[in-house]
Amino acid sequence: MSVLTAAARVHEEVTVHPAGSRRRRRILDDLTGHAFLIGAVLCFALFMWYPMIRGVVMSFQRTRRGETTWVGWDNYTRIVADPSFWTAWQNTFVFTVLALVLGYALPFFVAILLNEFRHATGYLRILVYLPVMLPPASALFLFKYYAYDPSEAGLFNAILTAVHLPTSEWMQSPRMTIPAMVIASTWMNMGSAVLIYLASLQNIPGELYEAAELDGAGVWRRIVHVTIPQTRLILALLAMMQIVATMQLFIEPLILANGAGTQDSAVSVAYLIYQHGFFQNDLNGAAALGVIMLLVLAVFSAYYVRLTTRKDDA
Amino acid sequence: MSSRTLISSTQVKRGRVVYWTLLAVVVTVFTLVFLGPLYWMVTGALKSGQEIAQTPPTLFPQDPRVQNYADAWNHLNLGKLLFNTFYYAAGAVVFQLVLDTAAAYALSKLRPVLGTAILGSMLATLMIPAMVLIVPQYVTVIELPVVHLNLLDSPFAIWLPMVANAFNIFLLKRFFDAIPDELVQAAQVDGASPLRTLASIILPMARPILGVVSIFAVTAVWKDFLWPKLVMPHPDTRTVSVGIYAFAGGTPMNVVIAASVIAAIPTVVIFLIFQRNIMSGLTSGGLKG
Repeated sequence: MSVLTAAARVHEEVTVHPAGSRRRRRILDDLTGHAFLIGAVLCFALFMWYPMIRGVVMSFQRTRRGETTWVGWDNYTRIVADPSFWTAWQNTFVFTVLALVLGYALPFFVAILLNEFRHATGYLRILVYLPVMLPPASALFLFKYYAYDPSEAGLFNAILTAVHLPTSEWMQSPRMTIPAMVIASTWMNMGSAVLIYLASLQNIPGELYEAAELDGAGVWRRIVHVTIPQTRLILALLAMMQIVATMQLFIEPLILANGAGTQDSAVSVAYLIYQHGFFQNDLNGAAALGVIMLLVLAVFSAYYVRLTTRKDDA
Repeated sequence: MSSRTLISSTQVKRGRVVYWTLLAVVVTVFTLVFLGPLYWMVTGALKSGQEIAQTPPTLFPQDPRVQNYADAWNHLNLGKLLFNTFYYAAGAVVFQLVLDTAAAYALSKLRPVLGTAILGSMLATLMIPAMVLIVPQYVTVIELPVVHLNLLDSPFAIWLPMVANAFNIFLLKRFFDAIPDELVQAAQVDGASPLRTLASIILPMARPILGVVSIFAVTAVWKDFLWPKLVMPHPDTRTVSVGIYAFAGGTPMNVVIAASVIAAIPTVVIFLIFQRNIMSGLTSGGLKG
């Protein structure tokens, strides 16, 4: 009641005032609003909006001994000519696809499984999310030194030996480098996807399953015809987020493979940005590669959005 | 809470043996997969260099050497590194809470002109991969535009960019949106300034979301690697992850692992204490609807 009368009083106040003072009042309100915004806006301006523009500008400039000149497409041609350029894109692409197969489908099925249990759910959730809370550097040293130890004393090799499977040299074998990074990355990151799926699974109305069951649909068909369509939006969103995240593959090659890995088998686009910018003293080339990466992701996102919205119509 | 899922309760009751077997298998597998490596890490760091190279590896350390942990603490100066990381995390929480809460409040309740455009420009940054911005951000930090300050090795190089977090603003704004406008107007009519309204009406109601934002800020600083590595080049200003990485080359394996265990303890403890808040924040964080 009191809320209602207060709102009415506000209304009254505004209508009673003459036009000029109302405008002044409005300007004052706007100023107050912006005073609250200014801190965050300045931080965004300095560390987000300005760098976005600066990155593009830098990619067409070259700074040598404090002198900046416009160089056209030079940075782009130089970065594309880097012998690791195409390998980096290929590795990043392979990593993204493998991480999607493993790190995208697996959490979904884990979430479906967890959602069915009526016991130990809290414990299982904590377990899945625990690796997400580890500093990535800690987790990756664990993988590097213990799990991927190429001798038979390594954790994975000991397990493989125990079940009579051939052991692997892991990071020392160029063929295993990317799968090994995918395993480590999935272990570290899948927890958040599982929890997000779980939340969306809990939003599915039970009647839908009821109806599907009455129609004689088995468990698998219930997943295909109820669970997946009902969570499609989250599935699509998470796929996008996952791809953007995996395309930025950086700390895995840096720690597990000491950067580029055996025969460039681990070099990624993000690592190349880092290497050019901070080791080869080529910030402009690194900025150019950043712009290329942004464009690739933008083209991909546009295509992806079209793909998912078209499915909508069907 | 126990609403109908994929398998109905009657089905579960009929297939009780299958259910319990499956549950036992899943609990075992999950424990091995997610807790196993952590056990291996903690105990491995207790083994001697010889024992670690032994085949097959030993399940329990034969001769536990706590010395490895002590070495990690002393050689890597972990006390200092942990203090630095904690200091950056605490500052990040303060800056985010003050500036992001104020901004979200303005966008949700005060709604000044151009508010929507500002919110849009903030949310647009969610689409930009961090790696793309790393070089221009670094260049900005070494020489801030207009004021020409160099923020290298200054905690502000971590604190201020942390404020530019569109996800937090979105999270907070969504929460504030759910608070009825009438409540705010009533306070205004009673003569409360916008600041007073924020402090005595909005913030007390928003405590859960403020908790979530703080926890996320702490873990973000604790887990971050490349940015602190770039902007904190001096050994005395490093964060714990960067410090361990910097020493990894010339330090025995077990000592590096021991240091990694110590570095992971704070986030794991935070998680175990606040797991409910973290999980609810993660799942309600705008991804639900």
